[in-house]
Amino acid sequence: MKNHLARLLRAKQLDSFLPIVAVLAAFLLGAGMLLLMGANPIIAYRAMFIGAFGNQNALAETIVKAVPLLLIGLGICISFRAKVMNIGAEGQMIVGGLISVAFGLAVDGPGWLGLLLGLLIGFLGGAVWGAIPGILKAYFNVNEILSTVMMNAIAVQLMNYLLGGPLMDPQQAQSLGKLPETARLPEAYHLMRLLPPTRLHAGVWVALVLALVVYVLLFHTTLGYRIRAVGFNPSASRYGGIRVQQQVVIALFLSGAFAGLAGAIQIYGLNYRMITDGSPTGFTGGAGFNGIVTALFGGLHPLGAIPASFFFGALLVGANAMQRVTQVPSSFVTVLNGMVVVFVVSAAIWKDLRERQRRMAAVTQDPKPSIEASPTPSTG
Amino acid sequence: MSRFIKWFSLLALLALMLGACTGGQQQAAEGGKPFRVAVVMPSSISDLAFSQSMYDALVGIQQEMGGPEKFEFVYSENMFKVDDAAAAIRDYAAQGYDLVIAHGSQYGTSLREIAPNFPNTAFAHGTTNRTFVEEGVKNVYAYEAASNEGGYVNGVMAAKLTKSKIVGIVGPIDVGDAKLYIEGFEKGVRETDPSIQILKVFTGSFGDVALAREAADAHIAAGADVLIGTGQMVVGAIAAVSEQGGKVLWIGTQSNQTKLAPEVIVANQVYDWKVVLREIIAKVKNKQFGGESLLITLKNGGLRIEFNENFSRLGEAKPAAEAAIQGIINGTINAVP
Amino acid sequence: METTPLFSLAVVTGILTAGIRLASPYLFAAIGEMFSQRSGVLNLGVEGQMLMGAFTAFYVTLRTGNPWLGLLAAMLVGVLMGLAMAVVSITWRAVQGISGIGFYIVGMGLSELLFKALLGEVKVINTGFNAIHIPLLANLPVLGEIFFRQNIMTYMAFALVPLAWFVLYKTTLGLKIRAVGENPHAADTLGVNVAQIRYLTVTMGGVLSAIGGAALSIANLNVFQENMTAGMGFIAVALVYFGGWKPFGVLFGALLFSMVMALQIFLQVYRFPIPSEFLIMMPYILTIVVLVLTVGRVRSPSALTRPFVRE
Repeated sequence: MKNHLARLLRAKQLDSFLPIVAVLAAFLLGAGMLLLMGANPIIAYRAMFIGAFGNQNALAETIVKAVPLLLIGLGICISFRAKVMNIGAEGQMIVGGLISVAFGLAVDGPGWLGLLLGLLIGFLGGAVWGAIPGILKAYFNVNEILSTVMMNAIAVQLMNYLLGGPLMDPQQAQSLGKLPETARLPEAYHLMRLLPPTRLHAGVWVALVLALVVYVLLFHTTLGYRIRAVGFNPSASRYGGIRVQQQVVIALFLSGAFAGLAGAIQIYGLNYRMITDGSPTGFTGGAGFNGIVTALFGGLHPLGAIPASFFFGALLVGANAMQRVTQVPSSFVTVLNGMVVVFVVSAAIWKDLRERQRRMAAVTQDPKPSIEASPTPSTG
Repeated sequence: MSRFIKWFSLLALLALMLGACTGGQQQAAEGGKPFRVAVVMPSSISDLAFSQSMYDALVGIQQEMGGPEKFEFVYSENMFKVDDAAAAIRDYAAQGYDLVIAHGSQYGTSLREIAPNFPNTAFAHGTTNRTFVEEGVKNVYAYEAASNEGGYVNGVMAAKLTKSKIVGIVGPIDVGDAKLYIEGFEKGVRETDPSIQILKVFTGSFGDVALAREAADAHIAAGADVLIGTGQMVVGAIAAVSEQGGKVLWIGTQSNQTKLAPEVIVANQVYDWKVVLREIIAKVKNKQFGGESLLITLKNGGLRIEFNENFSRLGEAKPAAEAAIQGIINGTINAVP
Repeated sequence: METTPLFSLAVVTGILTAGIRLASPYLFAAIGEMFSQRSGVLNLGVEGQMLMGAFTAFYVTLRTGNPWLGLLAAMLVGVLMGLAMAVVSITWRAVQGISGIGFYIVGMGLSELLFKALLGEVKVINTGFNAIHIPLLANLPVLGEIFFRQNIMTYMAFALVPLAWFVLYKTTLGLKIRAVGENPHAADTLGVNVAQIRYLTVTMGGVLSAIGGAALSIANLNVFQENMTAGMGFIAVALVYFGGWKPFGVLFGALLFSMVMALQIFLQVYRFPIPSEFLIMMPYILTIVVLVLTVGRVRSPSALTRPFVRE
């Protein structure tokens, strides 16, 4: 009996609950902090839950929030699989947004064709912004962390310049207010709303379909194989005839492209104009960073990124609702967000430990060593 | 595939909890009860600038109206992302607040979309002059600050106080309220003494305190002896000015910064949103939910110049400043850049 | 009176003085990160550690009036932040990129939360580390102003560079750090405790980042503001790559970045006819360009981001 229980607790399926345990642990610590601040954690977390899932609108907002996280996460899956640390999604998203909004304002597109072209051009804009660090890394030995950090800052200034000048809404330019925002895009560029009056827009289908596409690309095409091979072992890939440098550029090109598309969809799907407030995350809302976290939570698997983005969308949307109900400073929400990341990423070790336990148990109970237990390749 | 099992079990768990929780949606009592206001702000309530000015005004109104039993308010701060703000605005409206204030000009687009869904909720939106009434939206008030007026007065003071005939500006990015204030300031300086040189540095963000400090130092190195600035990061510039031991002066805006450097701050332009809030609340109580654009100015008292009476050279600037204020109020001075 | 002309000695002095002051927080944080990376651990949480250091130093200095106590408190907080990162990334072998981002977010939120809870409003202190004039040297023409009238933390930042070089290349500890970062298995067989060395460097990285934050809040500025590092922590990480994991390389990068940043401010003051946004881009662009032009085939520590598991 005791043996049965032990085996049951060791079961591989239970590993799946480790991230949930980690999230709960982070929330528990957060509850302690809430108590210290004189807020009731039960009310707070209830508000968070209702805020993220409580009604049709809440659920729609959660999904709307998840869309850019998923798109950016897909790009990150590609680049991190190639062992390229792209932390430039912020900048790539900005550039994608800028280009697609400029296109939409300039070209009075013929119906849906214009919309498609606009999204495509945003995709390409992000791709170019991503390919630059790729080329720098592949052919000039400039580390991508350095170049993407720098290019984020450059993109922010470019945005500030364009939204405060050439792309500024003419109406704003004449008013006293002079907001850094573009004019509103014509109707043709508005992505369909799926569930009015909520803001759920067709971008969610784009993201989901692309998740499938990236899955096929990574695991069922030669290109995907090459990208993964380069990430797994660059020198072996080189001997195997893969042009490593080319793959690095392609990985960053694609990674940037998805971030750029996220920027375009954010505009075509939500506000129909590009708006910032002067802060570096004024347009992206930090989606570039949260997208990285999303991808890694999804195990760098395009399909895993789907539930991961949903979870993060819920966390972010719910946390804002919690702030509204409890009136704790918004920075608590930031801390909670960070703790969830740290705890979940730490939980991975327990999976390894349990794996080892299982192997040990298998060895002691069974003369033949288990062949099923192959260690998962390390990521990042 | 284990990842799928993991995530679907997570979702199932969430769904279960969802079923358990949604039963008791709380709803506050309506009618005859306190006037309830919700405000969504882009930065922190302690930013000594834009958001704090609104927070302070709400605290003031609450006192005027007789405490939390008569006037209740809640806030969401640091809603720098437009989408988060939109979610907050919608949520507050759904919760039945009497007035929902979207205190950030960048929220306009979202408000335009949300307001028609809640025709019995009043919204206020600033700083802007767009009420969307021409687009058929009837329940949005707009408010803005004529910050160029205080900028003009500060410019007059700077012109009177500078000995080197050089003044410096530390700005965040060249748009919005910051641009308006700075251009008002430039006009004030020029119309007082056209020979004065005006230097300008933009730090490129509202957050970079260290860069604001270096910008102030650069102005000082170039010979400027009176500085102004706007944006949350100016505390860095004020720190640099206060290190100069009284040789360089600072004139503030958006809230009273005097206590940061009492010996070198001449005066501050202070935003008092109570003026527009009082008017909007009165109108909402009379069931007028929007459609008007309000402005705080020197004339209606929403903008005030608060002098630092302990500043030793105040006498050199105050008479001219007061004359400029009068001129703007009675229309003899045009402070529009 | 006219402004002093752009190409005057006074302005050049101003740029160099500002550049050196701006460089000091980067130096602390980047040297700390360099040690951490040299031993094989990528810490992307520098920004969060800097913010926590900045707040702690400021708060303690404000309460006690003694900046040394503030600095000490910041270092303690740096130890805690560094240890937490070490436990997660070394003992628990978490993916380093993501755990660093997690700690960045925690540090940013926590410093803001503490600021709200303990201070509630922006304050300026006058008890921070003020500029000190080094006797005799401070009176040298030009050089005196640039180099010898800075605050003590700036001197410490620059003294750290040769010290770091010495530790890294001339001591057994440095040898162990490099060995652990290049080939942990070989180091392990030779009896080096890989985990111990990495704990040491990551904790040291936390301390130095926290000191970098303190250099902002109680030396360069005497002010604390939410999120005041505004991305400096990420620039510091980038500078480690720029410097090719070498102390003097990091110094060169930090000086280049800061000097160009100071230069662009002065260009704005002198109404250089280019929109300010493009001038602000200059340090970022130039850092990349200089790296493209100068760098040879620098190789990163082989074991960077690889957790060590004894086989």
